[in-house]
Amino acid sequence: MSIFDITFNLAWLIPLFPFLAFVTILLFTYRNRRLSHQLAIGGIAVSTVLSQVVFWAAALLPAGGGQHAFESALIPWLPVGLESFSLGVYVDPATAVMLFMVPLVCLMIFIYSVGYMQGDPRYSRFFAYVSLFATGMLGMAVFNNLLAFFIFWEIMGTCSYLLIGFWYEKKSAISAGLKAFLVTKVGDLFFMLGLALLYAQAGSLAYRDVFSPQTLEHLAHTGFLGTQFPVAAVIALLFFGGTVGKSAQFPLHVWLPDAMEGPTPVSALIHAATMVSAGVFLVVRSFPLFAAVEGGIQMTIVASIGAFTAIFASIIAIAQNDIKRVLAFSTISQLGYMVAALGIGAYVAGVFHLITHAFFKALLFLGSGSVIHGLEHGHHVEQAFQPADVEQPSQPAIFNPNDMACMGGLARRMQRTFWTFLVGGLALAGFPLTAGFWSKDEILAQAYASSPAIFWVLAVAAGLTAFYTARQICLTFLGQPRTSAAERAPESAPSMTVPLIVLAVFAVGLGWAGIPEHFPGLGGRIPNWFGHFVGRTIETTHVVQPTTGATPGFVWQPLALGLAFALGGLALGWLVYGWKPVQAGEVDRVERAFRRVWLGWLYNAMRDRFYCDRIYQATFVRGSILVANLFHEFDRIAVDGLVNLAGRASQAVSRASDWLDVHVVDTLVNLAGRAGRGLSAVSGFFDVRVIDRLVDLAGLGTRAFSSLTAVVDVKVIDSAVDGVGDAVLAGGRFIRPIQTGRVQNYLLLASLMVLALIVTFFMILFLRI
Amino acid sequence: MVPLEWVLVLAAALFCTGLYGVLSRRNAIAILMGVELMLNAVNINLVAFWRYREPTAVTGQIFALFVYAVSVAEVAVGLALIFAIRRTQDTVVLEDIDLLKG
Repeated sequence: MSIFDITFNLAWLIPLFPFLAFVTILLFTYRNRRLSHQLAIGGIAVSTVLSQVVFWAAALLPAGGGQHAFESALIPWLPVGLESFSLGVYVDPATAVMLFMVPLVCLMIFIYSVGYMQGDPRYSRFFAYVSLFATGMLGMAVFNNLLAFFIFWEIMGTCSYLLIGFWYEKKSAISAGLKAFLVTKVGDLFFMLGLALLYAQAGSLAYRDVFSPQTLEHLAHTGFLGTQFPVAAVIALLFFGGTVGKSAQFPLHVWLPDAMEGPTPVSALIHAATMVSAGVFLVVRSFPLFAAVEGGIQMTIVASIGAFTAIFASIIAIAQNDIKRVLAFSTISQLGYMVAALGIGAYVAGVFHLITHAFFKALLFLGSGSVIHGLEHGHHVEQAFQPADVEQPSQPAIFNPNDMACMGGLARRMQRTFWTFLVGGLALAGFPLTAGFWSKDEILAQAYASSPAIFWVLAVAAGLTAFYTARQICLTFLGQPRTSAAERAPESAPSMTVPLIVLAVFAVGLGWAGIPEHFPGLGGRIPNWFGHFVGRTIETTHVVQPTTGATPGFVWQPLALGLAFALGGLALGWLVYGWKPVQAGEVDRVERAFRRVWLGWLYNAMRDRFYCDRIYQATFVRGSILVANLFHEFDRIAVDGLVNLAGRASQAVSRASDWLDVHVVDTLVNLAGRAGRGLSAVSGFFDVRVIDRLVDLAGLGTRAFSSLTAVVDVKVIDSAVDGVGDAVLAGGRFIRPIQTGRVQNYLLLASLMVLALIVTFFMILFLRI
Repeated sequence: MVPLEWVLVLAAALFCTGLYGVLSRRNAIAILMGVELMLNAVNINLVAFWRYREPTAVTGQIFALFVYAVSVAEVAVGLALIFAIRRTQDTVVLEDIDLLKG
């Protein structure tokens, strides 16, 4: 066993530590807030260190060894029927880069949460849940088969439900959690069907078996249900259904904007490091399956849905006023980018964007959380200074700290937040030399080479992204404060700003690991390390890849167009929103421009997210309520009717027997009663005359005897009886405390007795005492 | 097939969870829920032993059905009692219901 093997086996421990933190917090330390967050951060910190060790080991592993993936020894895991699943860890470059990103971002978010969640009544529980969330993501990344992948995937689904609905006093939070859970479950159903189909066809779910050339060959040449359509494409599409749900692609994107109801660190966790990346990671992981059928329709579908989502969500993002919702739609659109990249076969570029996006999107979410936190603080300060009954004309009726209309001019008050947010925003917009620029440029270059339609859609989406990013930064940080809360907003605590700075460093620096070789000026001087490393994953799968190889030479058009769109979008956004500072109460400038050219309806549609939620409400939600009502009516009329019928029948029977009782039986009884009365008159006469005399005589004798025994009774027997009574009373007073009247005490006693009996039994059985 | 021990461990864990609930909760309804967990743990054991040891006989299943019937009756009576206590004593916290106290 070489040093690398030993290192890779550390991957076993990576998901373990957050899980231990989760269990410990939930069971033991939830009363102690400080200890709870220390445990959670400690757990993820240990995982981070281990992950870095594994990552660097994988990165330094000599590439020429022909071994692109490490698989540990397997342990028998889940016996099912006659077969048995085994579990091991599997580290290939895709896993390794995920291990580089996930725990690091999680760690930053956890540290940030210490400041953000300060004073929350369920503080410890929050840290327990986020630890479990991290467990889900890490477990999904390291294990070696799709069943474990699915299980951890579902753990994350559950955690997202718990965390989005974390502030369950708010009704909107509850429904948002439910919505996220149900909508992603629609996707998960497809994923599960895909798993079943794959298992039926390949007889295994381990990556090593499923993605082996033989299996892929077999899957690509087997028709689905007797048709010519290859079964590999069907499985890939079913898997993609899971991705659509988890990564919020159209048409299952509706849950993600609502998921903003959770605490902001959760939004960062869900939208950057874990949940939504999981969906894309599923495509990354099963990419050989997607690519198994050359020129198949599945890749086209993936690319089209990704590109459509990218532009669709970025259009909506322009018309949103909630700072977090803008970011939510931006996430959806960036995920669309990654999916589109994978769909055109740009595997490396897709993974690269996944990693860089995780860092800068986490940065943006945490930055917006810092803004919201500051605004809430400012609001509280203001309330403290002013008596509640004074009307404030400048204040909206209900103060909403998420609304960008309430912000403005925060750059001066929150300097660290502003600069880091600016870095994140530029990375998102694809400003040159930031991480987002390199990854987006690579996607655009590959799209240009493979499909012009996809390229143009993505390029326009990039321009829109730059525009709404500029709009967001201008509205939030530039100009004059538009509410008094924004005037008083303080900078957040260091526990919140330090993670921002760390993430900002990565949001710029990470891109330098993946500069294409043919890039003018910089390319070649800094090796395209990322491309070589991650590219190894698919090189060894022996599958024909559409256009995964690096483009033969440098093509300047995609770079120039991408740059033009990004810089143009940023400049336009600044011209519209930053040139002249936005005043309080002003109508949104894009909205005004749209209305002027009679496009108000379009703006309304954008603001209302193209009515997707309403359409789903009208069709799916109403539909299922209708079906439920139908069944309810069936139950009420048919099933209840039968029961009522039985009830009525027995009522009729009882009424009949009642009549019988009154009219027949009662008459008979009365007759017998009358006869008895006559008889008793006769015997009464006899009784008085004869028997009474005899009894009186006996009574006299008895009285004499009893006066004799009375003496004995008082002296002897009474004292004995009193003695017993006193003894019982004393005993009762002694035993009474045991009888507390609390049922649970009795139960506890009974359980202890049973336990003692069991112990005794075992001692007799095994020790032969 | 999953080994018998695993099922037994599951049942034991369920039983302990139920027992813990019964002993630690203050709300009478929660205690009833704990009791249900314990009964279901027993059911798992019954069915498991039937399946692994005597798959030809039906006694284990029948017994489990009996347990179900009993537990349904128990819930019906228990809930009725709790309602009655709630009406007269205005509480469902068991510690406050100590009329039996000597």
